[in-house]
Amino acid sequence: MGRANARPPFVFAMPTVVIPALLRKFTGGLERVEIPGKSIRELVRHLGEQFPGIDQQLLEDGDIRPSIAVSIDGEIATGGVLDSVSENSEVHFIPALGGGGV
Amino acid sequence: MAASTTTGNFKVIGTRPIRHDGVDKVTGRAKYGADYAFPGMLHGKVLRSPHAHANIKSIKIDKALKLPGVKAIVTSKDLPQAENKIEQAGEMAINPMYLSMNILAHDKALYDGHAIAAVAATSPHIAEEALRLIEVEYEVLPPVMTVDVATKPGAPILLKDLRNKEEGDKPTNVAQHYQFKRGDLEAGFKSADYVIEREFNTAMVHQGYIEPHNAVGIYNSDGQATIYCSTQGAFDVRSLSAQVLGMPVGHIKVVPAEIGGGFGGKTTIYLEPLSVLLSKKTGAPVKLVMSRSEVLRASGPTSGSKIKVKMGATKDGKLVAAEIWMAYEAGAFPGSPVGAGAMCIIAPYTIENFRIDAYDVVVNRPKTAAYRAPGATNAAFASETIIDELAEKCGIDPLDFRIKNGVKEGAAQVVGPPFKRIGFIQTCEAIRNSPHYKSKLTGKFRGRGVASGFWFNAGMQSSATVNIHTDGTASVVTGSPDIGGSRASMAMITAEVLGLPVTDVRPITADTDSIGHTDVTGGSRVTFATGMAVYEAAKDAERQLIERAAKVWEKKPDEVEFRDGMLHAKGNSVPPMSIKQLAPRFPRTGGPITGRASVNARGVGPGFATTCVDVEVDPDTGKVQILRCTVAQDAGKAIHPSYVEGQMQGGTAQGIGWALNEEYFYDDKGTLRNSGFLDYRMPTCLDLPMIETIVVEEANPGHPLGVRGVGEVSIVPPVAAVANAIYRAVGVRMTETPMSPPKLLKAMLKHRGSTQHSAAAD
Repeated sequence: MGRANARPPFVFAMPTVVIPALLRKFTGGLERVEIPGKSIRELVRHLGEQFPGIDQQLLEDGDIRPSIAVSIDGEIATGGVLDSVSENSEVHFIPALGGGGV
Repeated sequence: MAASTTTGNFKVIGTRPIRHDGVDKVTGRAKYGADYAFPGMLHGKVLRSPHAHANIKSIKIDKALKLPGVKAIVTSKDLPQAENKIEQAGEMAINPMYLSMNILAHDKALYDGHAIAAVAATSPHIAEEALRLIEVEYEVLPPVMTVDVATKPGAPILLKDLRNKEEGDKPTNVAQHYQFKRGDLEAGFKSADYVIEREFNTAMVHQGYIEPHNAVGIYNSDGQATIYCSTQGAFDVRSLSAQVLGMPVGHIKVVPAEIGGGFGGKTTIYLEPLSVLLSKKTGAPVKLVMSRSEVLRASGPTSGSKIKVKMGATKDGKLVAAEIWMAYEAGAFPGSPVGAGAMCIIAPYTIENFRIDAYDVVVNRPKTAAYRAPGATNAAFASETIIDELAEKCGIDPLDFRIKNGVKEGAAQVVGPPFKRIGFIQTCEAIRNSPHYKSKLTGKFRGRGVASGFWFNAGMQSSATVNIHTDGTASVVTGSPDIGGSRASMAMITAEVLGLPVTDVRPITADTDSIGHTDVTGGSRVTFATGMAVYEAAKDAERQLIERAAKVWEKKPDEVEFRDGMLHAKGNSVPPMSIKQLAPRFPRTGGPITGRASVNARGVGPGFATTCVDVEVDPDTGKVQILRCTVAQDAGKAIHPSYVEGQMQGGTAQGIGWALNEEYFYDDKGTLRNSGFLDYRMPTCLDLPMIETIVVEEANPGHPLGVRGVGEVSIVPPVAAVANAIYRAVGVRMTETPMSPPKLLKAMLKHRGSTQHSAAAD
């Protein structure tokens, strides 16, 4: 991705989360944020700590809302908060095919 | 074949065997939902609202109940409160509360045909007579038929509790707003040499499956129920009916009948819970079958829509900006496919600057259901017309324009993630190299148009078992109702893995108690996801065959190989053994062999299609004749090429119907005026030429056999392709469907008037 090379060597790589357009109000307009975490659960938790309220838009009963699909490294994932991510992963929250919206 | 990256050395896959269900179907032995009959069975009928929008003040059933032969009547009072939440059911989301309100209207009738009450009687005629004796007092309200009316300030509100995130606690008819954006829109348009902006309107259309909805419900006194019905998803019928009826899922068994067409429309429920409710009240099996008029008035067509597209390109033909506003009619309850439409509308192209706003709007029409690539056809009509205009402005061939801007592996999708291996460019090249596109079209009022389309395809959950019989033949059992020849594909995958002749594998679609959970047949997912489960189940059987042969030969399993349908001991120390030879030894080596697998499939490969169509327009009437039509589609590996071609032809035919004739026609009171196939005009074989197909096989790396979904994307390009062809034939850009004779003639007369006027001015 080229991102790791541009980074000073003493900073650990972190997954990138791409924020859906309508949730960018929580991130001050930021589209891409780097968030620590080894799973979607950790990413969402840390996202919520950094940008209060955004986690509630993504979660329902402790898991990803049924109206939201999670893409990890270009593939629609199926494990909700249980899916793991790597330090170079790119994660997108997108509307589920059936609708409902982010 | 225009292109193929599928490399497997297949023996069965890629051949064209006769479908296993073929004989039953051509001899009339196949059992469809309405064919089921049971001793003591009663017949149900549904009373439907004659009003598009009305409060229901009271329902009196006393007189109807007194009619001899009437056994029970149910209204919404017989339904428990269902939960208000969103659940994904294939390509459409479902809210159990709204679903319950659709099954039987609660306090409001929300469209012409909305179910109000259901009757069970000893004959269909008595049940129908009883409907006339039910007294309903309505307070008629103004109908809200279009997104324009629904979104006007002060518009009548359909659902008093409906809110969206942006309007706070204000009652609204706008259920959802989606937005996708990237780059700098203003800078993008500034860099454009040509900018085209148009507004498009598409009519609500129906899937037009020939077999009407049907259900037989049997409720036993022990609280267990069985439903026989025509459905694309037996497990969905079970779980949705359980929610609407307040029953445990495990207390309902659903037996999927043969299905006479679905195209997405049979992925939800209408009659199923009514049949169980009436059976519970009467203690007898109850059958309900819709009439054609009921199907059109009260099942789930797809959305009409209003779409505004502004797109810019540089003069060398690079797309630089797109601004899109779209609103879809959801019908009476939230859940149009506008989100999917928004994600598809510019999916085939790399555009660095875009903004898409999409709105789901409730109107007094039937609740929309899935229809083949839901939402994408409306969207492509708009975007692919604009693309055609921009190509013309730039003086570039429309296919070259698409190839120049088309997405390839690694390009970002509208929603952000990059595409994996895809075959969009190959579909354009396949059309460009086709005999059709290379041929000359001559003659007055004739034109050729092209357009492209995208659809995601779906993964989801599937289960399969492969049973090896005592003589070495096999059956493969899945939970996927077969709506497009998928049983043949399941048998072929099993036969390929186990090295059996395909005639030795019997494919079965099981009921909900006889196979593990399997999601709906929809999203072009069956050959992909259920096929993946079948592949894994056959591999599981293969592993067990190796273990058994090792046992017989007194060797370790890793000393035995399975290839070309034969078991071999490494080093050829013993003669190879076929499955047929091994099968009699199953009892002494551990018992029967059953391979099984369940998947929640990842690795979905999206689909692209490009369509070329030649038309001739009658200058006096505006009637459009399709002269020739060719579709190229990326199928990934085509398991059974004939059925892939059949899907491509079927989708194209439906798209042409949508383009030229089909529309829900409501009067000013909101009453549907064309609820029959005489007036709701679908194309027949007399209206269409043989549709030529080019199967592009760009393997999907996410599937063990390279499979993508093939059932949907071919419906996406035809509406735009026909519009572009009409433009080349008569110089008129059509922006409204259907492009039926009256509409096209009006546009042509207006165009002639303006050209004559400008000629006179010159």
